[in-house]
Amino acid sequence: MKTFAESNFPGRLIAVEGLDGSGKSTQIYLLKRWLEAEGIKVYFSEWNSSELVKSATSKGKKRELLTPTTFSLIHATDFADRYERHLVPLLRAGYIVLCDRYVFTAFARDVTRGCPAEWVRGNYSFACAPDLTMFFKADLDVSLNRILEGRPKLKFFEAGMDLGLSKDPYESFKIFQGRILEQYMAMSKEFNFVTMDANVNVEKQQVIVRKLVSEKIDLKKFKRRSPLPLPPSLAGDREAIEAEEDKAA
Amino acid sequence: MSAKKSHKFYGHGIPRVKPEDLGGKLIVVEGADGSGRSTQIAELVAWLEISGRPTVQVGLKRSTLVSEELEKAQDGNVLSRTTLSLFYATDFADQLSNIIIPALKAGFIVLADRYIYTLMARDLVRGMDEKWLKNLYGIAPIPDAVFYLSVEPEELVQRNLSKNATLDYWESGMDLGMSRDVFDSFLKYQSAMQSAFKAMQKTYGFDIVDANRSANAVNKELRKKISSVIDAD
Repeated sequence: MKTFAESNFPGRLIAVEGLDGSGKSTQIYLLKRWLEAEGIKVYFSEWNSSELVKSATSKGKKRELLTPTTFSLIHATDFADRYERHLVPLLRAGYIVLCDRYVFTAFARDVTRGCPAEWVRGNYSFACAPDLTMFFKADLDVSLNRILEGRPKLKFFEAGMDLGLSKDPYESFKIFQGRILEQYMAMSKEFNFVTMDANVNVEKQQVIVRKLVSEKIDLKKFKRRSPLPLPPSLAGDREAIEAEEDKAA
Repeated sequence: MSAKKSHKFYGHGIPRVKPEDLGGKLIVVEGADGSGRSTQIAELVAWLEISGRPTVQVGLKRSTLVSEELEKAQDGNVLSRTTLSLFYATDFADQLSNIIIPALKAGFIVLADRYIYTLMARDLVRGMDEKWLKNLYGIAPIPDAVFYLSVEPEELVQRNLSKNATLDYWESGMDLGMSRDVFDSFLKYQSAMQSAFKAMQKTYGFDIVDANRSANAVNKELRKKISSVIDAD
């Protein structure tokens, strides 16, 4: 699996992976805010968010129609749609693309559900590897507590109820998440995950995330050439900023 | 029908399904629109059921899970190649899990109005990687018989036009941009599809049936061949 850099894309892709409740979404959101403020061309893409495929996925989940095979394929379809229509053009245009979950989520989940690893990986083989994958590793209990704290109603597939691990959704969720964590750990080295200690506090983690990103990627190459158009109410500010920039230059 | 169980899969198969649990018969009829496929299948189902054999039908874009969404996506022609391919694979896998596998387990006859071969041929013509497709469709059980209804592209044009007075965008391969003219594109695309099928024949052992003939003549041949498959046990 070649990275986007190795495949000569001008853009770079950064992915975060980890269990539900590992805090990865917060971290990538804060990273996005920082990059935007730095004037970097940045795009954020979330797992399972393709408009076109979404209605089928949610129908399948609600009506509990999915088998491990169709669960895997419908997520691959969702990913392919985002990959072909958004990620590839943006990466060719020199964007930094941030992905909250990438193919490794499928590798971990679908294999836990019983799909053969080679089959799942083969289906996703059209995708390049991220240029940086941060794996947020919290203690299983910490992640579980974050999710289960308010005793939310766990969804059928989210809890891995289709695997028949336990009749109790909470028990099932715990076993399921534990197995997914094992899958993540097993591929960590093969796919060059940078493991982040998700037990430390959010601010400290973000300092490390930003440091990692700026070490790995020469960010100034990804600055916008022209400023983003601003709404009229803010346009005055922009002019002032530009005037200052001109002075500095 | 004596139940000589077991069907092999092309590749990895699907989780929690043992090949030795799959009895019944899986019979596939392939062919372009206008090859007489639907007519033949309707006749075959009637014949099988009247002779007392439980029969179920599957086909493309018929899954509960994604058929509507797939239809919508195709109308808008908004999906890229890999996405469309995976969407069709999802549609196939849903029918596989919910219809084909249970029916075979119960010893039924499954008649497939097209199968993975049409899906693969369409993608191969569009330049997709064969290895990728083979892995993807490794979930499919190997049928007991596959009949490819072969009709010359020129004859297909006549049949499609006499039925619909127009040539379908996708069946003409207009997305490939081979020609802006739908008539030319149809002929080019259907020849390319035929070549793809002929290339696959060696690997998958299709029975090529000359469907330039009358529906009756074709049906007679199909019945004879299917009888020998069903009575083989």
